[in-house]
Amino acid sequence: MAEFVMPILGSDMTEGKLVEWKKKPGDRVNKGEIIAEVDTEKATIEVEAFQTGVIERLITSPGDTVPVGTVMAIIREDGKPSAQPKVDVQREQPKKAALPAAPLIPPAPPVGESIRLRISPAAKQLAADLGVDPFTVQGTGPDGAITRQDIEAAGKRVVVPSPTEAAGAAIDRQGRLRQTIAAAMARSKREIPHYYLSTTIDMGRAMTWLTDQNLKRPVTDRLLYGVLLIKAVALALREVPELNGLWKEHGATQSPDIHIGVAIALRQGGLVAPAIHQTDKQTLGELMKSFQEVVKRARAGTLRSSEFSDPTITVTSLGEQGVETVFGVIYPPQVALVGFGKLVERPWVVDGQVAARPVITATLAADHRVTDGHRGAIFLSAVDRLLQEPDAL
Amino acid sequence: MAKMTYRDAVRAGMREALLHDPSVFLMGEDVGRYGGTYACSKGFLEEFGPDRIRDTPLSESTFVGAGIGAALGGMRPIVEVMTVNFSLLALDQIVNNAATIRHMSGGQFSVPLIVRIATGAGRQVAAQHSHSFEGWYAHIPGIKVLTPATVTDARGMLLTALKEPDPVFIFEHAYLYPMEGELDEALSVDISTAAIRRRGKDVSLVTYGGSVWKTLQAATGLAEEGIDAEVIDLRVLRPLDAATILGSVKKTHRALIIDEAWRTGSFAAEVSAQIMEGAFYDLDGPVSRVCSVEVPIPYAKHLEDAALPNVEGIMKAVHDLLGRNR
Repeated sequence: MAEFVMPILGSDMTEGKLVEWKKKPGDRVNKGEIIAEVDTEKATIEVEAFQTGVIERLITSPGDTVPVGTVMAIIREDGKPSAQPKVDVQREQPKKAALPAAPLIPPAPPVGESIRLRISPAAKQLAADLGVDPFTVQGTGPDGAITRQDIEAAGKRVVVPSPTEAAGAAIDRQGRLRQTIAAAMARSKREIPHYYLSTTIDMGRAMTWLTDQNLKRPVTDRLLYGVLLIKAVALALREVPELNGLWKEHGATQSPDIHIGVAIALRQGGLVAPAIHQTDKQTLGELMKSFQEVVKRARAGTLRSSEFSDPTITVTSLGEQGVETVFGVIYPPQVALVGFGKLVERPWVVDGQVAARPVITATLAADHRVTDGHRGAIFLSAVDRLLQEPDAL
Repeated sequence: MAKMTYRDAVRAGMREALLHDPSVFLMGEDVGRYGGTYACSKGFLEEFGPDRIRDTPLSESTFVGAGIGAALGGMRPIVEVMTVNFSLLALDQIVNNAATIRHMSGGQFSVPLIVRIATGAGRQVAAQHSHSFEGWYAHIPGIKVLTPATVTDARGMLLTALKEPDPVFIFEHAYLYPMEGELDEALSVDISTAAIRRRGKDVSLVTYGGSVWKTLQAATGLAEEGIDAEVIDLRVLRPLDAATILGSVKKTHRALIIDEAWRTGSFAAEVSAQIMEGAFYDLDGPVSRVCSVEVPIPYAKHLEDAALPNVEGIMKAVHDLLGRNR
């Protein structure tokens, strides 16, 4: 018997609203299969099952908002007897304010738990009273401590929808997405000692190769140069695996798999960075399809839980907007972010001759607690080298 | 209301007691012929005679012990000890007798004794006459510890203390004796509460005795900077009026304690602990302390000044507490 709980679909998620069950009691469900649709601050997300078995019981009803970690369904795992769940699975909703102590299944570990917020007891109390997330507040007290005054100011600035309001029909998703991003980015800049490296990469060979390739491919299968960049990053991560991982409680852990999160700007503003799973193992063609799929679903608001929780590094590109360089902010608990600017033609020295070449600026923002500039430089060099041999990507 | 010095207020209180209660008598070193080390009993010998104004040998243990005996015998002795440093010689009588007899006799005997002790520094009388041990006395159950800081309290607390059935220790900061203030004779003076000497909303400055005036001066300076400090004069160290302190901290969310004693193991530490226990979730910053530098109080003027809490130091501590020093 296993419990299906409301997963954390983002490091700042505290609760989710069940939109729909995709399975009913008695249905078989395989690990990874979509079992439910959950509405969060960010998007409506298709949540996958973490166990294989038969749905024994659905506990949460569609429309209910429950804190992360709440048992929503019971799955009878194959080969195991049916049994009562060890937790109380009353239909009654747990108090929304109380965060569960229950262990959470796969989702990303909560960020920054090892670092205590420098906040006075009175300010903490006031933050709770006003519903202000102290992690989004800049302290102005001694040594940057957050004081009551800071919380008061923040309380006036941000009108936070209460959970009950959020559960209602009119969700200001835009505002909440902004707040979620604010919390993650503020936390990142507060906790992660970033270092930045930048290099300009000659894309001449890659672009020539791409033009040739696309001529051979049916229109629907044509590649964008962006997938070359993503693939090059994925392969370079095999060489510098320290950049591919998460910062947990008391240190860094490398991820055995490479799931690159691709930053996607949403039309209405804000961004998400869902994972393209096993990025390094996909062919360019597969990667192109994965990328298109994830972009489509991100914009439709139907990303899956694992896509939210699995990224091991993020790649962002602001080339479309015409900027040449992007120094990104790491998305915690990740430890690195790779940025690409606009592909531009520049005079470039090739074999002693100046020639017009398409070049792109690649940047690395990395967590100095985990890696040093030396390793970061090796990584960016590897990206460059890999892009000079597009055939091998 | 009449203007008078702290010294004259102490004298007025004792004179009133001597006039109205024949069981009251004064005893101590130089209280008679010399008129008191701080002239608090000037003229008493002539007015009340040697039976009631008694010069004693230089033996604190003896005359404090004699005071305990007289109190047990139905008298209302006022014993004067020249400095708190010398009072240590009488600690055995105080801790083992004065503070315990009611308890050990199962309530049969009372020790209605008043001991007046000069305390504190600031007069260049060096390390054997300048310390502040009232906090040590506040550790002892069975006695009351008073620290009058105003003229009204200097007179009134003594008179109220004379109605107590148990030993009361009154610590008079020697620096205050020549200080003038308005005496409110009509005011009924309690010996159980702290007083708010200045109302404010930004920070609670908790102090007592000789430091009250420095603290009020600092509060005036802070007000000019827009910091509205509340000043609490503890008045009574034992039993401590925690309710007044906590009420203030719950309003201001910050506390600074000013205590002329040394920091380590000080009464300021006790006040700090009680604030943590009673108002932790109201605190917007750590409880801070301004105490004397941990050295024997020096003789040289500039060194003594440097060792003691001062107005600038109090203001700086408030700035630190509010994060205004960056």
